[in-house]
Amino acid sequence: MQPVLLKPGIHWVGAVDFNLRNFHHYSRSPEGSTYNAYLIQDDKTVLVDTVSHHYFDELVTHISALVEPQKIDYIICNHLEQDHAGVLPRIVELCKPEKIFCSTMGLKSISRQFNTEGWPVVAVKDGERLNIGKRNITFLETRMLHWPDSMVSYVEEDRVLFSNDAFGQNVATSRRFVDEYERPLLLRAMKDYYNNIVLPYSPMVLKTLDRVVQLGIPIDIIAPDHGLIFRTPDDIKFVLDSYRAFAEQKPKLRAVVAYESMWGATESMAFAVGDGLDDEGVPYVLIDMQHNHVSAVMNELADSGALILGSATRNNMPMVNMVALMAHVKGLKPQNLVGASFGAHGWSGEAPRMMAEELASMKVDVVGEPVRAHFGAKAEELAACRELGATVARALKEKVKAFA
Amino acid sequence: MEKYVCTVCGYEYDPVQGDPDNDVAPGTAFEKVSEDWVCPICGAPKSQFDPA
Repeated sequence: MQPVLLKPGIHWVGAVDFNLRNFHHYSRSPEGSTYNAYLIQDDKTVLVDTVSHHYFDELVTHISALVEPQKIDYIICNHLEQDHAGVLPRIVELCKPEKIFCSTMGLKSISRQFNTEGWPVVAVKDGERLNIGKRNITFLETRMLHWPDSMVSYVEEDRVLFSNDAFGQNVATSRRFVDEYERPLLLRAMKDYYNNIVLPYSPMVLKTLDRVVQLGIPIDIIAPDHGLIFRTPDDIKFVLDSYRAFAEQKPKLRAVVAYESMWGATESMAFAVGDGLDDEGVPYVLIDMQHNHVSAVMNELADSGALILGSATRNNMPMVNMVALMAHVKGLKPQNLVGASFGAHGWSGEAPRMMAEELASMKVDVVGEPVRAHFGAKAEELAACRELGATVARALKEKVKAFA
Repeated sequence: MEKYVCTVCGYEYDPVQGDPDNDVAPGTAFEKVSEDWVCPICGAPKSQFDPA
């Protein structure tokens, strides 16, 4: 791989991780990912972000193809999470930069993560402008998008926005641009990334998008730190519109039934719930938590408006993968969902009630009574599950209508 | 009335504005904000705030 030209004097110099599957140890990247870093060559040579710790050699090779790394004057750290700053100590040692820029919250983060003694760290304020010769870079704080230190950097003359983790996607290919990739696959990757990482900060996404509109800054290129780069007017409009839609979280007429069975009874109930959704013409997806990562449920919720949870009761609580799922979903704060619960048990059977309470605590509109089955679900209980599916379907149709 | 800053994300609580999205009326002093209120930006508890 080699540096890729974005605009004269601006190159991608990052790394592609084709084999990454466990993204950030809480999500998944089935197609791999990239750590995008960028080099701007002007009177000052500027490195925008770096890469994960095990890609130091690639970064240095890519920089060296353009300029001696020691010639780097400035390093901009839009975000100090390990995947973008992991090699920072080694890069600082190698390049001996004149200045390292980060946000005011980044100042705290950088000194807690690294031994910054002797580092020329400069905190920049929101809206601050840096001249690097023929170009000016403006820094915009995007706090909690998705960390306190997050900011984006905009090169005015080239109309390039280095957006850090915003607009990222887990895609690994030898190509660097969105227009060299299939749009449906891209959209899927954007949704998966957004729903498992950015979702709780949706209010900030909407504010930021509004701010970009208000500022009226023209954008030729959006260069995120993961995945592909947006460079056509159509692709830029597509990603901005998509992000607004992701953040608005309008419910869609589709349901996710996530379940965890011990000996098959809860699974048979899940099938019956699916039949009930079918009766009302609402499409659905069944996700067995014994065979799927928690992030799969969030991926599917991007296209849905209902979350129905089913679990056997084990030791007076839901099965462990279901508990993990609820923790994952709760932290991501999905909005505007309808929900319900069900499950089989051998003796005590607390799980359905506990799942309903957990859904309610996430501000999910819980409909119907939790359905319980003592050992294998009998015809009566399966009928109750089918009715539960239909009840969710009707509530979801009303909710979708209310948002139309 | 004093402003308070979230030490986690830098959000500033301005008592003049309050936090109406989370049931804190404009004009509410930080001391009077409910103890279970959390930072509307990052979710940090009230104990993580310092005077501005």
